Amino acid sequence: MSEPVTRSFAEVEAGASLGELAFDVSRADLIRYAGASLDFNPIHWSERAAERAGLPDVIAHGMLTMALAARLATNWARDPGAVRSYSVRFSAVVPVPAHRSARITVSGSVVTKLDNDRVAVELTVTSDERQVLKHVYAVLQLAQ
Amino acid sequence: MGLNRLAIGRRYDPGPPFDVSRQKIREFAAAIGDDDPMYGDVELARAAGHRDVPAPPTFGSVPSLLMGQGPRTDPEVGLDFGRVVHGEQRIELTRPIYAGDVLGGMITIADIREAGSNEVIEILCVLSDEGGEEVCRVTSLLVSRGTATGSRNV
Repeated sequence: MSEPVTRSFAEVEAGASLGELAFDVSRADLIRYAGASLDFNPIHWSERAAERAGLPDVIAHGMLTMALAARLATNWARDPGAVRSYSVRFSAVVPVPAHRSARITVSGSVVTKLDNDRVAVELTVTSDERQVLKHVYAVLQLAQ
Repeated sequence: MGLNRLAIGRRYDPGPPFDVSRQKIREFAAAIGDDDPMYGDVELARAAGHRDVPAPPTFGSVPSLLMGQGPRTDPEVGLDFGRVVHGEQRIELTRPIYAGDVLGGMITIADIREAGSNEVIEILCVLSDEGGEEVCRVTSLLVSRGTATGSRNV
């Protein structure tokens, strides 16, 4: 078994791409996230509750979208413990229809190299050609 | 209508500490579809320099939401959940949250302000370990739609 090796700060250049990931989110995924996160707000599983709140359909938890987007950063860093700060603005909801998944696409790049082997990265998160998160920044602790 | 500005700075009882188990981390990682083997393999995590299995970066939102019900349900604050949308989220980590952590919380309403016709309430949850060291700071900005019609004082 190969040991995990966190990406090294020395090998990273500002502007470098983090690549791209796509996620298909279904109603079942929302139920599962509700259970794991203890966020049982019914707009994430009940069409009636969503409609009452003026939403087009059941929507994904903003925190699920945020968690999925972070996976691009931790995959790239090769360390799920690399994130030191992470902030997002929720700019559009992600409707999840009953019988079709919603696709969330994440890309990103290194904005700048910081002190102590840290880098700031910016992510772009879209669904249905809309930016669903804005101002998505993370600081990652890399290896030397 | 209108959130109570006098609630700014108010602190709330977070309830009991949050026990972070390896099982809960695996469950949360599975719920975000993250199959990184480190979540399920403590030896792999230690080989990468972690003291135990690390939690995914947004895991702190779980204790933050659980402990942060006070400001969300306090009638003196006046949030109407039919009008609330999640505006922004910030997570700052001194270190990863690890399995074995027992996290105590401090819950505060950091701010309430107007933003156009809406109001924004900023709820801060500071999570500290058993040694009292701060581990994670979770800031949730909730938008109360259409309630900015002059502030209300109780």
